[in-house]
Amino acid sequence: MPGITREEVAHLARLSRLELQAEELDHLAEQLDVIIGAVARVSEVAGQDVPPTSHPLPLTNVMRADEVRPSLSPEQALSGAPAAEEQRFRVPQILGED
Amino acid sequence: MTDLIKLTAADTAAAIKAGQVSAVEVTQAHLDRIDAVDNKVNAFLHVDTEGALAAARAVDAKRAAGTELGPLAGVPLALKDVFTTKGVPTTCGSKILEGWIPPYDATLTTRLKDADVVILGKTNMDEFAMGSSTENSAYGPTGNPWDLSRIPGGSGGGSAAALAAFEAPLAIGTDTGGSIRQPGAVTGTVGVKPTYGSVSRYGLVAFSSSLDQGGPCARTVLDAALLHEAIAGHDPLDSTSINAPVPAVVEAAKMRDIRGMRIGVVKEFAGEGYQAGVMQRFNESVELLRELGAEVVEVSCPSFTLALPAYYLIAPSEASSNLARFDAMRYGLRVGDDGSRSAEEVTALTREAGFGAEVKRRIILGTYALSSGYYDAYYGSAQKVRTLISRDFDAAFAGVDVLVSPTTPTTAFPIGERADDPMAMYLADLCTIPSNLAGNAAMSLPCGLAPEDNLPVGLQIIAPAMADDRLYRVGGAVEAALDDKWGHPLLEEAPAL
Repeated sequence: MPGITREEVAHLARLSRLELQAEELDHLAEQLDVIIGAVARVSEVAGQDVPPTSHPLPLTNVMRADEVRPSLSPEQALSGAPAAEEQRFRVPQILGED
Repeated sequence: MTDLIKLTAADTAAAIKAGQVSAVEVTQAHLDRIDAVDNKVNAFLHVDTEGALAAARAVDAKRAAGTELGPLAGVPLALKDVFTTKGVPTTCGSKILEGWIPPYDATLTTRLKDADVVILGKTNMDEFAMGSSTENSAYGPTGNPWDLSRIPGGSGGGSAAALAAFEAPLAIGTDTGGSIRQPGAVTGTVGVKPTYGSVSRYGLVAFSSSLDQGGPCARTVLDAALLHEAIAGHDPLDSTSINAPVPAVVEAAKMRDIRGMRIGVVKEFAGEGYQAGVMQRFNESVELLRELGAEVVEVSCPSFTLALPAYYLIAPSEASSNLARFDAMRYGLRVGDDGSRSAEEVTALTREAGFGAEVKRRIILGTYALSSGYYDAYYGSAQKVRTLISRDFDAAFAGVDVLVSPTTPTTAFPIGERADDPMAMYLADLCTIPSNLAGNAAMSLPCGLAPEDNLPVGLQIIAPAMADDRLYRVGGAVEAALDDKWGHPLLEEAPAL
């Protein structure tokens, strides 16, 4: 298994939307390398013949009737938002100027 | 009545029902205790004094009106801060949710209220339930009431410490890799991870959805059973909730007879890394099980040695996905929104500022395990190990009713000792993780103090899925025998705070 590099941690941080500090990148690269080394042995034991288990219960889609029923009011739904305007979540700019 | 804080939940409810004491008096006694000791223990993140007293007054009014009260009516409880509580702050021990007041109750919260349980407040925990020591809370660590310089276990350290410090007779935890049982073991209390899917996860802030399970924490096996019955059962709001009757756990806790039961000792849970005093108390417990009439056999579960690595691939993978909701848009913290930055930049800055080190470590690890090129080697292989572990359990339970092991390899370690060594920290959950991966039920109960440090040791009992009653049958019998032997419950040996 390949070791995990500082550049790789920086890439993963971008994918995870985490603006990590330079010292965090160094520290995490070192620690993740140890953790990955310790957990990598899972790949040595499970052969092709072993089916994966993703969940302890056999899951099925649950459907409900499409009917109007009470839910949170707009005020309640917006009550925890950092910013709200005209009964909507106010978010920073999403599209660029051009 | 004196010493209301020392009573069991069952005795407290009986005294309230008989009119020997009011629910308000019981609640006030616990609020006073919290006032007196929690500055040292730090078990609570939020104490809801007014809400608790109002709930207690409602119980007293019901009793005065002649309404039949439930088996836990008026009993105070400490709720792990991972469950939503309408109108009461819920932070999950994190900075990113600081000050968030949920507009709805978790199903578990609703069931507690319906059972007339008095919720005292929200307890300290490792941020988003990630940790084995409650040192990863954004609000400072909780101390172990047996020795305040040591960890109370994690991630539900606040709930376990509240019990051991007599701040509440009941508490709720969640167990993703051992976060109810491991704190129970190191604080000398009882903790149960019910069968996955038997207690609703609606309103439980998700860490690892295929592993998280809420459950009872108490000072006695019977109290845990009473709480188990109050919170378990099918919930249409949770699509992973099992629609089947809850096993008769209260009845099982009262049986105190294990003659003829077959009990398996897991061979793989011993050896290097296990403290001598922990193994000594565990071996004595096995001997006690024999004396009580059980047949004890050794059982081998070879895949259990891979449970820890599989868990540390699966749980972070699910966490990296679940924690994507903390994007600074709909609730929680927002950082860097000065008009010059895009939503994406604000999200990244907010998550950097709002998440602690362990959460970031797991998000990055999970993102790595799920990334293209590594998926099969890590996440895919870990899911196969999960199958092997379930097969080991199936094979074992074909021959025995329950399995036993130490709950943790060591007693409570000093705060800070493993803080910068994640692999050492992760070892605390070595014996508890297989049950989370397979989804079956497990309990930890006190089985004595380790001779070398006089700190509590936990005995773990593991049962098949939906056979939670077996935990209580064995636990109730062991507890009764040990209390007889010691002449009192173990917690009476804890130092005064």
